[in-house]
Amino acid sequence: MSDSIYLDEARDPLIIAEGWMKEGKDVAIATVVETWGSAPRPVGSHLVIDADGNFHGSVSGGCVEGAVVTEAMDVIGSGKARMMEFGVADETAWQVGLSCGGRIKVYVERLG
Amino acid sequence: MDPYALKTLNAERRARRAAILVTDLGDGRDRIVREGDQVAGELGTAIARAFRSGNSGSVEAEGRTFFLNAHLPQPRLVVIGAVHISQALAPMARIAGYPLEIIDPRTAFATPDRFPDVVLHAEWPEDVLKRQPLDSYTALAAVTHDPKIDDFALKAGLDANCFYVGALGSRKTHAKRVERLLALGASAEQIARIHAPIGLDIGAASPAEIAVAILAQTISAFRSRVLDASASRVQVDARPSVGVVA
Repeated sequence: MSDSIYLDEARDPLIIAEGWMKEGKDVAIATVVETWGSAPRPVGSHLVIDADGNFHGSVSGGCVEGAVVTEAMDVIGSGKARMMEFGVADETAWQVGLSCGGRIKVYVERLG
Repeated sequence: MDPYALKTLNAERRARRAAILVTDLGDGRDRIVREGDQVAGELGTAIARAFRSGNSGSVEAEGRTFFLNAHLPQPRLVVIGAVHISQALAPMARIAGYPLEIIDPRTAFATPDRFPDVVLHAEWPEDVLKRQPLDSYTALAAVTHDPKIDDFALKAGLDANCFYVGALGSRKTHAKRVERLLALGASAEQIARIHAPIGLDIGAASPAEIAVAILAQTISAFRSRVLDASASRVQVDARPSVGVVA
């Protein structure tokens, strides 16, 4: 059956990352590796980012994507993977947070 | 992530085959494990569990932390017959997360007017399934009552190891069907996998109720499916209890 039934290729983060790679772009892949409480995106969800800051997919409901994209720029530069943890928004402890009250752990790595 | 791992993973996903990306969170190394690949030790046990449940997560094994990202194909439902039951089944299956397609060569039945927003093939199953083969993440429900239309698809569903194969018809109808399928070359063991009469026994009477019974049986089959990957055909251990049998 047509590809679109199986994979929504135009919006699939891992397909997009592969496409960017083939175009010669530097790419970072962020993955939700752990969640506690109510988290908007399940474990295994991806956000993919290119060196220009373009991104597809999501690791939260939009609460922490900005911070992950910023971190991804460093990861693309250094090649060193990072683990990021986000919790409830708290002005003293967190610049960004999850308004839903959950916590998530996001692994950010460079492709290649 | 290793570019080769990403390419391999996407190729498996496009081909509707299950694969797990295993990442060592300590050093960042990763690799793809396909369903049926043998992996030893605690890690192998965790990988087998992830293939069954489809759940991703971290696991401690051999003194290291691994992240297992399980990519299982989306289960789907192919229905042979654009009949009254299918009209009820189509929206229900979509809501339940089992995208559905309907095949029926009878153009009077297979009309977009009767099936709005449904992928509809007004062709013989022989032609559609040649183009778009069935697989082990597909459920097949044959509900035309017409051997000319149903039989080929049922045999194809058994050969492709569809996780669910159901056929509408009474026990008497099914007994005749069994003889025809044997003549087509299906084995008795294969034929025993066919759910007939179709649907969970909830006393369904109307077409919509039969659709509920078919969908429930499809879900039950998916959640308790047997993986042929391992030599010892492991039964899913995470089967949720079903409490709706009336």
